[in-house]
Amino acid sequence: MANSNRSTFLGHIRYVVTSNPVTLLAMSLFAVIILTALFGPYLVPYDPLATTSQALNPPSWQHWFGTDHLGRDVFSRVVVATRLDLTISISAVALSFVVGVSLGGIAGYWGGWLDSVFGRAMDTIMAFPLFVLAMGIVAASGNTVQNVVIATAIINLPFYARVARAEVVVRRQAGWVQASQLVGNGSWRILFGRILPNALPPMMVQISLNMGWAILNAAGLSFIGLGVRPPTAEWGIMVAEGAGYIVSGHWWLVLFPGAALMLAVFTFNLLGDGLRDIVDPQRRT
Amino acid sequence: MTDMNARNQTTIKASDQNHAHPERQLATSSDQTDSRGVTKSNMLRLEHLSVDFKTRQGVIHAVKDISLSLVRGETLGVVGESGSGKSVTSYALMGLLDRAGRVSSGRAVYAGIELLPTNESTMSDIRGREISMIFQNPRAALNPIRTVGHQIADVLLQHNQCTRGQARAKAIEALEHVRIRDPHQRVDAYPFELSGGMCQRVVIAMALACKPRVLIADEPTTGLDVTTQRAVMELVRDLTRDNGMASILITHDLGLAGEYCDRVAIMQKGLIVESGSATQIFQHPQHPYTQKLVQATPHGAQSVRDLLPDAPDTTDEPDELAHDRSTWSPPANGQALNAAQVAAKAVPILEVIDLKRSFAGKRSWIDVLSGRAAPLFEAVKGISFEISRGESVGLVGESGCGKSTTSSMIMRLLDASDGAIRFKGHDISLIGRDAFVHHPMRGSLQMVFQDPTDSLNPRFSALDSIADPLKRLMGIRSPSLIDKRVTELAQMVGLEEDLLTRLPHQLSGGQKARVGIARAIASEPELLVLDEPTAALDVSVQAIVLNLLADLRVRTGMAYLFVSHDLEVVRLMCDRIVVMRAGEIVEHGPTATVLNHPAHEYTRELLSAAPRPPDNPQSELEPIDAIVHH
Repeated sequence: MANSNRSTFLGHIRYVVTSNPVTLLAMSLFAVIILTALFGPYLVPYDPLATTSQALNPPSWQHWFGTDHLGRDVFSRVVVATRLDLTISISAVALSFVVGVSLGGIAGYWGGWLDSVFGRAMDTIMAFPLFVLAMGIVAASGNTVQNVVIATAIINLPFYARVARAEVVVRRQAGWVQASQLVGNGSWRILFGRILPNALPPMMVQISLNMGWAILNAAGLSFIGLGVRPPTAEWGIMVAEGAGYIVSGHWWLVLFPGAALMLAVFTFNLLGDGLRDIVDPQRRT
Repeated sequence: MTDMNARNQTTIKASDQNHAHPERQLATSSDQTDSRGVTKSNMLRLEHLSVDFKTRQGVIHAVKDISLSLVRGETLGVVGESGSGKSVTSYALMGLLDRAGRVSSGRAVYAGIELLPTNESTMSDIRGREISMIFQNPRAALNPIRTVGHQIADVLLQHNQCTRGQARAKAIEALEHVRIRDPHQRVDAYPFELSGGMCQRVVIAMALACKPRVLIADEPTTGLDVTTQRAVMELVRDLTRDNGMASILITHDLGLAGEYCDRVAIMQKGLIVESGSATQIFQHPQHPYTQKLVQATPHGAQSVRDLLPDAPDTTDEPDELAHDRSTWSPPANGQALNAAQVAAKAVPILEVIDLKRSFAGKRSWIDVLSGRAAPLFEAVKGISFEISRGESVGLVGESGCGKSTTSSMIMRLLDASDGAIRFKGHDISLIGRDAFVHHPMRGSLQMVFQDPTDSLNPRFSALDSIADPLKRLMGIRSPSLIDKRVTELAQMVGLEEDLLTRLPHQLSGGQKARVGIARAIASEPELLVLDEPTAALDVSVQAIVLNLLADLRVRTGMAYLFVSHDLEVVRLMCDRIVVMRAGEIVEHGPTATVLNHPAHEYTRELLSAAPRPPDNPQSELEPIDAIVHH
């Protein structure tokens, strides 16, 4: 038995990955996306913003994904856009995770009027069509990347708050929570140090699903002209710009950034189960 | 088609060559030792049944080549500890194994019909109508949003036992049959409106609705009070006898099986190690495992030490038991304890004075508008008792009597409504629940929880759990000091050092109980509340844990408040007993007095409800005097 191997965290990750091929696939794709985001801008063959006279060339050996209406290399732009899209979605999800889990945890742990107030506030957010709400926030607060992140975080807030609240309510009365109170842990330490870490597994699934939504959301906002602005390389903008050329048969303008978007969302959706298995202590047998 | 076959016994008998006349066939099975069985018929036979499970660790042989037979009118007890394969056997028989499980060999024959190897169409027909099963948790077995009458009717309609028009009348009849009072009202009740015992009766009514001939009861009374347990078990026994049925009682409680079963089969690790009549098993257990189980059953033992085997036999015991013996110091109860106690007797460490706690019920918006107060439910109605230094007091009562509320208030996990809790002379009920967490007295008042699994943080290793009070309450910061102290504590409770890095789900029940105890005694408490500390454990593990607790009390001089519903355990562990009922103390006094000469009718009821195995009659509670320390 490779027991010593399994007891370590890395060994556990190896176990989770090898036991489920889907997780392995998701993890590999995720690694590719992360590496692209980190090193892509240094490796691309062309400057993503440089316009040339070779406009609307179909895919070829020189330009793998063809060129757009300004003669920019689509491949370079798709690769370079990864960093921006990933940054937006990761920071938005991180923000809504931290704020949402804190609010939901507090509401669930103390209950009473706090719970009612938080609950109704979340219901109010949920009552709007989320994308329209994000549009409104960005339009009202200014057309910057930062505001796109905040808007995306706000519309995802209720999901985390609800999951966290539900998980805390279930665990609040558990014997080990009472036991940690008995051995001198204050309420804050119990909530943030004891209960919430135990609620991580279901939260991980939520995070990975949300990453997908956040990317789509950011791209969607750019598509309608909010948030990131041309000529910045961004998948949503590229799809928006290419949309007008589909009818004239220049399919590569839309297909490649669209495929990149789809691949990213697909990866994050697959990743959820794997992440849950990694943070779940019960899986460490 | 199969429907007709199952009903029409004669057709089947004729068609089955091997068992042409099962009704008149002699009981020739090897494990059939009951002398009365000779003239009775075999209803159900299991032959060389084996069940395998596919898991991450490879294939587990949960049941290994077991053979059983069941005779009309009898109750067969299948007794074993957790993991012995007793439930798996019944699931296999009913075709209810989950996907990972598989019957690898053997067969089951019911009245001449082959059930196993699995024949799903026959099975679904027989299941519920010929062979019925009741499960452990009655509430989980009932649909919470349908009335019990509807649920019984569903079963009847499913098996074409009645028409829609008759369903209600039939359901009432079924409820009457299981001795539910006012069946005309109860038929419209939802499961949450009924008590646990009531729910179990409804489940039994459902199981019996189609007049099955075999009833399998899987731990039917776990989680029920002793008096309810008695009512349910007597019902099962009487129905079995009166309707010419046969039943299988699957339980971990040898005492229960001993009282209600005609024959008992003892299972260990997937094997039947011994079977015979209940009297025989109790009076002359042959197999070492049976002997260990009989010994570990608290009934009739004179001291906790008696629950453990004397002679070490290292053959097939859990490693923890072997370990326990090596660290066990000679039983120091009796004199040594007496001396320590007499000295401290005069000093009460805890005084509970007229303690009350009520919970507000739900207030509808009409009540709020009209200014009406929420209805109050009084869980504890002004109780008073005291515990001396080093003394062990048992708090006994059935569920809902307020004993857990009382212990929570003493532990300051719950604020009292009224009254005082004086701990070492200070009224700690004045300090709020949240403020008490950082109070210097926090470490002196500790608790061992009921369910060892539930009481450990799933993300904390045993070491983290035990170190928690050291860091928080004792203020020890240096990791090396913490490690040293944790190792000491682990030694005190007999937890092997290499288990310290394990997470709770990697530990056995007994090991988890030890971690919980080590955590509770880490801050050197003066009063330890034990909330049913062994209720979730197997008897042999219970025996070890009780010994550990008795030993710890001698060594540390802690006082115990032992909350339990099990009078046998309390008898062995406590100097005095407080009996609670419906939020009030009905009786209290020295253990011997309360148990031998109960003054209150309720105490007598509790005593008589406890299952009494058919063992040596001379152990009728009189030896208590010998073990109680004055």
